[in-house]
Amino acid sequence: MIDMSPNVVLVVVVGVLVACGVYLLLERSLTRVLVGTVLLGNAVNLLVLVAGGAAGRPPITGLRPEGVTSDPLPQAMVLTAIVITLALTAFLLAMAYRSWQLHRHDEVQDDVEDRRIARLAAIDERAFTDTDTEAGGRTLAEEAAETHDETERGQP
Amino acid sequence: MTDWAWLVPLPVLLPLAGAGLTLALYRRPRIQRVVSVAVLAVVLVVSAALVVLADDGPLVVDIGGWAAPVGIDLVADRLAALMLAVSSAVTLCVLVYSLAQGQTEGEESAPVSIYHPTYLVLAAGVADAFLSGDLFNLYVGFEILLVASYVLITLSGSAERIRAGTVYVVVALLSSVLFLVAIGGVYAATGTVNMAQLALRLPEVDPGVRLVLQVMLITAFAIKAAVFPLSAWLPDSYPTAPAPVTAVFAGLLTKVGVYAIIRTQSLLFPEGRLDDVLLWAALATMVVGILGAVAQDDVKRLLSFTLVSHIGYMVFGIALASDGGWTAAVYYVVHHITVQTALFLVVGLVERVGGTTSLDRLGGLARIAPVLAVLFFVPAMNLAGIPPLSGFLGKLGLLQAGVQDGSWLAWTLVVGSVVTSLLTLYALVKAWNKAFWQTPPQEVAPQRLPLGMVGPAAALVVLGLGLTVAAGPLFAYTERAAVALQDRARYVEAVLPDGLRGTGESVDVATEGTDG
Repeated sequence: MIDMSPNVVLVVVVGVLVACGVYLLLERSLTRVLVGTVLLGNAVNLLVLVAGGAAGRPPITGLRPEGVTSDPLPQAMVLTAIVITLALTAFLLAMAYRSWQLHRHDEVQDDVEDRRIARLAAIDERAFTDTDTEAGGRTLAEEAAETHDETERGQP
Repeated sequence: MTDWAWLVPLPVLLPLAGAGLTLALYRRPRIQRVVSVAVLAVVLVVSAALVVLADDGPLVVDIGGWAAPVGIDLVADRLAALMLAVSSAVTLCVLVYSLAQGQTEGEESAPVSIYHPTYLVLAAGVADAFLSGDLFNLYVGFEILLVASYVLITLSGSAERIRAGTVYVVVALLSSVLFLVAIGGVYAATGTVNMAQLALRLPEVDPGVRLVLQVMLITAFAIKAAVFPLSAWLPDSYPTAPAPVTAVFAGLLTKVGVYAIIRTQSLLFPEGRLDDVLLWAALATMVVGILGAVAQDDVKRLLSFTLVSHIGYMVFGIALASDGGWTAAVYYVVHHITVQTALFLVVGLVERVGGTTSLDRLGGLARIAPVLAVLFFVPAMNLAGIPPLSGFLGKLGLLQAGVQDGSWLAWTLVVGSVVTSLLTLYALVKAWNKAFWQTPPQEVAPQRLPLGMVGPAAALVVLGLGLTVAAGPLFAYTERAAVALQDRARYVEAVLPDGLRGTGESVDVATEGTDG
């Protein structure tokens, strides 16, 4: 049976890292978001490591003296996750830099089209007009009356 | 059957090798094109073969000869093979489309030299996610396709795309982090990330812990699949990308999320404790999504909202968790991939002819480009579910499954999906009328449409019609896939023949040493 009771220090560190990561992720500046994701990524890596159970000897067969080895699988997974986080950090950095190049700041912009639709809804007007929508100023009642006339033509 | 197992890794390996090759050949765009098209064509043939082969039972490969629970395995069962075949058909069509776009509009608008390698990496990631029989490898597959999609969505780095890309990247990152946390939890609870072994071990885990794990996995996948209320990122980010990129994203990326939800719900957590929550989520996704679509007057955004809305149908089928539900959901996924991609490709052409995608400024295109009017109309009606097209058949299957279920919640969903279908029809007919029939606000000069762009778009439209013609066999196939989804023992046995280990070389080592 593997000792699965987690190391309290690691668990607390994971908690603190996640808290800081989430806080930074909610910021508007992309650089802070970037730092947030890095913290969050590291927190999760630690978490997966904790999930592998207590630490032990290197997981190499034939090592003397024999003892309880640590679980190599989470370590392999964390290694993969670290590489992925690195790549994403690089990409986010590039994006933050590009944003700074374009706007001289790296804040996440609002969606303009979304705002426009919301404004349109607030104004509550017809979005566009063309020849079909403009019926020459006559009301429906007038048109109906004209149509009605034709059927009554036969009467005195 | 096992003789053909070597085919299984090819849909992942070939695009990755092709990506390397095209990156090395970045100075020779012509060879790049030939390589990409050849690679994706071969992948299409391979995955079509897999569809036939997987009908006899799942094909399993333990990668590198490492036996399954510790080593990574790829599994091609009916569902995975079917998804793979449809997605490779779509990726190939979109690639050909983007090549023609690049040739006629120059380097500026679409293919830059980085486009081909990234696109192939995306195809590899999608294939890896579909074939993975291992939760962590599924994560890796997701990351591969996401990283490729980050590059594609910010292609050329204009201000608008960087803005959209930021939202997209951060949300995708968040869902990946959630997924990874869930994997950590799953590993701590069961000591494995192999899906077949998880299917064996999860029932022994404490029900509370199991529910937490299920909720976390479903939440992570629901962000990727854009299920309401986790869908707001999609209509915000997709429309700004180049037309072919939007098309392939709309067709594939959300469906990978849906596929992951199907796998989680069928293989890992078959007791269905989240089904009611998922039904509500499906209803909200359908209705809120389509109401969003009705309000838009940009075609691309409108289609993005219908995309969100129709994810609801698939979740509806999944949450019913009955034979009929799974069958219809899988059929609907296949139908939706082709139709939604076709629509986005056609909108790319509309943008090319009309110079804009805003419905206020488009008009009278039916006279200038009648072919385009037909090409938009057919998949639009298909999406709305007009009989006898495949959208109607998929929705009919879902409605039948809902009625069979008989609970009041299922009936609510049945009503909700009919209303959504009507609103889809309204939104799309409005879009079609405005783009093709209304008096053009400004005169548009007629221009010849490049055959290389119309061809693939038309091919996808025809493929969508083909799904109607071949609905009988296809529905039979998805029904067998649905039965296979519920027959978990068969899947587990294919991966772990003796219930403990896969068929790799490390079996011998394991029997000698102690089993960790």
